[in-house]
Amino acid sequence: MTEAQGLLQELQQIQNTALETLKAVQDETGLQAWRSANLGRNAPVMRIFSRLGEVPKEERPLVGQQANQVKQAIETAYNEYETRLHEAALQNSLARDRIDVTLPGRQPYHGRLHPSTQTLRRIYHIFAEMGFQIYLSSDVETDEYNFELLNMPAHHPARDMWDTFHTTREGVLLRTHTSPGQIRVMREYAPDPIRVILPGMCYRYEQISARSEIQFNQVEVLAVGRGITFSEFKGTLIDFARRMYGENVRTRLRPSYFPFTEPSAEMDIECFVCGGKGCNICKGSGWLEIMGCGMVHPVVLQNGGYDPAEFTGFAAGMGPERITILRHRIEDIRHFWANDIRFLEQF
Amino acid sequence: MKVPLSWLKDYVEIDIPLPQLARILTMAGLEVEEVRLVGLPFPSQEQHEFKFTGISWDPQKIIVARIDEVMPHPNADRLVLCRLNDGAEEIIVLTGAPNLYPYKGQGKLENPLKVAYAREGSQIYDGHQPGQVLTTLKRAKIRGIDSFSMVCSEKELGISDEHEGVIILDDDAPEGMPLVDYMGDAVFEISILPNMIRNACMVGIAREIAALTGKPLRKPKRTIQPVHPSIEGLATIKILDTSLNPRFVVGLARNVSPNPSPYQVQRRLRLAGMRPINSIVDSTNYVMLELGEPLHAFDYDVLVQRAGGKAPTIITRTAHPGEKLTTLDGVERSLDDFTVLVCDTAGALSIAGVMGGLESEVTEKTRNVLLEGASWNFINIRQTVASQRLNSEAAYRFARNIHPNLAKEGVQLGLERMVCWSGGEIAEGLVDAYPQPAFDPVISLSEADVQRHLGIKLTARQVADLLERLEFECRIEEDTVHAKTPPHRTDIGEGMIGQADLIEEISRLYGFDNIPASRLAVELPPQRGNPVQEMEDRLRDILVGLGLQEIITYRLTSPEREARLLALEDVPYIYLQNPISADRNVMRRSLLASMLEVMEQNIRLRERLAMFEIGPVFIPQPDQLLPAEPHHLAIAITGKAHPTSWDRSNSARLDFFDLKGIVEALLETLHIKNVRFQPLAHPYYHPGKCAQVLSGENSLGVIGELHPVIKKRYDLGTSPVIAGEFETGVLRAVMPDRHDTRTVSAFPPVLEDIAVIVDEETPAEKVLASIFSGGGKLLIEAQLFDIYRGEQIGPGKKSMAYSLTYQATDRTLTDKEASQIRERIIRRLEQDLGARIRSQ
Ligand SMILES: [Zn+2]
Repeated sequence: MTEAQGLLQELQQIQNTALETLKAVQDETGLQAWRSANLGRNAPVMRIFSRLGEVPKEERPLVGQQANQVKQAIETAYNEYETRLHEAALQNSLARDRIDVTLPGRQPYHGRLHPSTQTLRRIYHIFAEMGFQIYLSSDVETDEYNFELLNMPAHHPARDMWDTFHTTREGVLLRTHTSPGQIRVMREYAPDPIRVILPGMCYRYEQISARSEIQFNQVEVLAVGRGITFSEFKGTLIDFARRMYGENVRTRLRPSYFPFTEPSAEMDIECFVCGGKGCNICKGSGWLEIMGCGMVHPVVLQNGGYDPAEFTGFAAGMGPERITILRHRIEDIRHFWANDIRFLEQF
Repeated sequence: MKVPLSWLKDYVEIDIPLPQLARILTMAGLEVEEVRLVGLPFPSQEQHEFKFTGISWDPQKIIVARIDEVMPHPNADRLVLCRLNDGAEEIIVLTGAPNLYPYKGQGKLENPLKVAYAREGSQIYDGHQPGQVLTTLKRAKIRGIDSFSMVCSEKELGISDEHEGVIILDDDAPEGMPLVDYMGDAVFEISILPNMIRNACMVGIAREIAALTGKPLRKPKRTIQPVHPSIEGLATIKILDTSLNPRFVVGLARNVSPNPSPYQVQRRLRLAGMRPINSIVDSTNYVMLELGEPLHAFDYDVLVQRAGGKAPTIITRTAHPGEKLTTLDGVERSLDDFTVLVCDTAGALSIAGVMGGLESEVTEKTRNVLLEGASWNFINIRQTVASQRLNSEAAYRFARNIHPNLAKEGVQLGLERMVCWSGGEIAEGLVDAYPQPAFDPVISLSEADVQRHLGIKLTARQVADLLERLEFECRIEEDTVHAKTPPHRTDIGEGMIGQADLIEEISRLYGFDNIPASRLAVELPPQRGNPVQEMEDRLRDILVGLGLQEIITYRLTSPEREARLLALEDVPYIYLQNPISADRNVMRRSLLASMLEVMEQNIRLRERLAMFEIGPVFIPQPDQLLPAEPHHLAIAITGKAHPTSWDRSNSARLDFFDLKGIVEALLETLHIKNVRFQPLAHPYYHPGKCAQVLSGENSLGVIGELHPVIKKRYDLGTSPVIAGEFETGVLRAVMPDRHDTRTVSAFPPVLEDIAVIVDEETPAEKVLASIFSGGGKLLIEAQLFDIYRGEQIGPGKKSMAYSLTYQATDRTLTDKEASQIRERIIRRLEQDLGARIRSQ
């Protein structure tokens, strides 16, 4: 056997031994030990390279080539084994880190808007898109603005429709509706056309119970212009109702009475709880009353500084709390100002 | 108002199903709240558009029957046996009705009794249970006698609560006829609008139905001829104030005898919600319900007696000072100087239009009746109703303005009904004082007017047709209708008001449903926006984003409630004249006081509370009628700083710096500049933990930890409560419309820490100011990350460690530049504060 043959044989053995011992390696530490044993500076295959001088010159390339191939084979085996080992370790660690995803989450503290604000905003938003802007006026009002200028002189029978809180100051009261704002906005803006909504807190002298409150929000709608008709009034309110309650909601407008509008109407929507079949929310009627409304009375236009011969307009009023109560089936109106956190957190 | 269908049918033909009738009434402004069936079958409604209640009478089982004989019961005194004929056969029926006892043992009755008879298996209301409980008649043995059917009371048939005796029908009731055909009914509960008092009567509603369905209206007819001698000279009327009493009419019925009214009259009165009394009183009530004119019956002989045997003089006047009158309800009333009285020469007889006096009332002995129909000033009646806290069916109507025309019609029809049911005769003529004849306006309305208001094109002829259905007298002149108000309405004004009134009537009859919907075609108004609302909504959004719950509290409170927080003397409030209760008698001056009450209620419900409210407070202004209503923002927080979870716990409590952080974040988001927190002594707050919040020189509000003494006045748990109140108007004033942004540098920052030793008293604000003043433009951030006190730095000193960020926007800073900045900062700190730099 020549020197070269001996080395080639040795190389074959080195490769066999290396690959055989690799099989016994269990972990990263073992793998590194194996690596330094089989690929390190003093590894058998490396020592072959230093012995190449022993081989006749013409046979050196063959042996050298073979030694390289063995070295490469060991390296490849190492790389493959390492990848396998890492993959196994990863799988192990993933399995170990499994959690119970049904455990409760950690909720950060967070706030919410009061339900009345949320409903008010829906109303603002819808009307804003129709060109109606917000106009605010004060809670404490004069009898003149709250009643007289709205076509209700002293002792007018329609005053019975409101139970009024009076202050100790003669002629000063808590507004019973946001309608005094109608006069204020008209006097401020005349003779410009008007499209506003008037939100605000109103007051009613009444015993507090599950169904009635002494204070409540109201949003009033007012449009004044040259040639606004009943037909446009009806169309605008239907548009609002569709945006507020769903585009397929059925509405009806039926005659009613308010001293500051004529013709006056109530707008009803089909009960969304029972779909019009009749339930205790709609008191068996299948309809829910959502808005009092009408064409602005000429006396009111005149008191606001608009000539009724030239201008017409319409007004409507709705209660955000009532809307909220209906939408969420709230059984007690007192929840709104009691501010029990368990109630507020539901919105 | 309760309206029996059968009664309406006296005046108008109704051939539409009940739900449709309810619908057309409702859609004409006569809202039907409920239909109570009293015998008629339940309609089959697809959509339950109206609420139907009540009872239906089975036509096979509940019928008109005749009692020929009432016999004693062999074993029971309180029961009788009736020999009854139901049109098909004779049956013996057992009953305990006391109103049959008088007929017991009379043998075959000369005038057989007509009754409502229910056969076995009938569904009726149980007469022995309270309320209305349905029951089915079953065969039973009562005291040895088979019983399987019964003679019914009103309660059992759902007519009224009456269960004392059985119904005895009028003699002409045909036996064998199903009861539902004879008197099955439905009562419409209709809510009458304030401007529709003309419809608070059967004829009024019938008129509307006639107008809506195109059927003719049949007004009540009189058939009894008045007889001689006439009323002339038998009574005189003196009206002292014609503005309070525009008309007063009396008529006379002679030789009447108060009887029970015919059963059908009693039944109608009951269905309409009134109690039958006797034929005289019933006739006044009946006509009031029929025509809408309240009537008052005086015992004529009592009046003559009071006049010393002469013909009485009726005087209407306001009450004398100190005058009193005992009204029908037995109450002695002190009268106001504006109360109008109907009097005779001997004194007051009744409160005009409201309630009669006890003395001159008709009684069982009354034989001659002076019947009053009048017209009163509705405002005056309202004042009396309010002042006397006395209401009545009459006052309800007179307070809403009854047309004077009805006074005469009412008296005439009242006398007719009275004599018809009570015997006697009507004296010829009336005494009619009508010093202030009513004015029925004529309104002119053009086709263009109608189109301008309603948006629909109607011809003058169409307009007139609609109005004529409501008895307006119309004259057409080219495109204009001149419409004269019919003499039963007081709700039509003159001029432009009258036009609006007519437009309403036209739209109502034309049908709101028939007017097409369209969108606003008019010019859009100038767009102004609402900066106050926009800003406050922004505040709400920011605060909710910062984890706070919005609350809305009562704006009504009491000084005592607010005193828990305010504890200030002589604070002026807006006081209510008629508070609902003593603890809600003023308008609030503080949001925080109410907020603390809310916290108190919630304190045990959550580990942390953080809330805000935005709304007005009410500050009386000495020289102005109305108070100032500045809008405030209140914030309060308490409890745990971090949420507890199942695997982490951090018991840190919210403190001053949490609220300060919220306020800083809020102001920063609003881009409010030059914000400072300045120590402040304020009565609400802990003297060492309170700050005024400023932007430049403007005070925005105050925040602080609630003073322990004040906190103790509330039930607020153990954690500190940190609160603050701001004026939103001030925030809005200092909030810039716009702000510039800083360049985001593309070059790397230089980071380094610096520890500054200063005197304990030196406020952090000054240290920071000094650092920035030394650092110049290249120092872009300085964050405090530690404060150290200890031996190493000596007593009375603190070491404040900041991490500094230097950065330029146009280059990478060199080490040399960085150390120059650092040197400048140190020098500045040394000069400004005598600070030392702690070596790292
Ligand atoms: Zn419903």
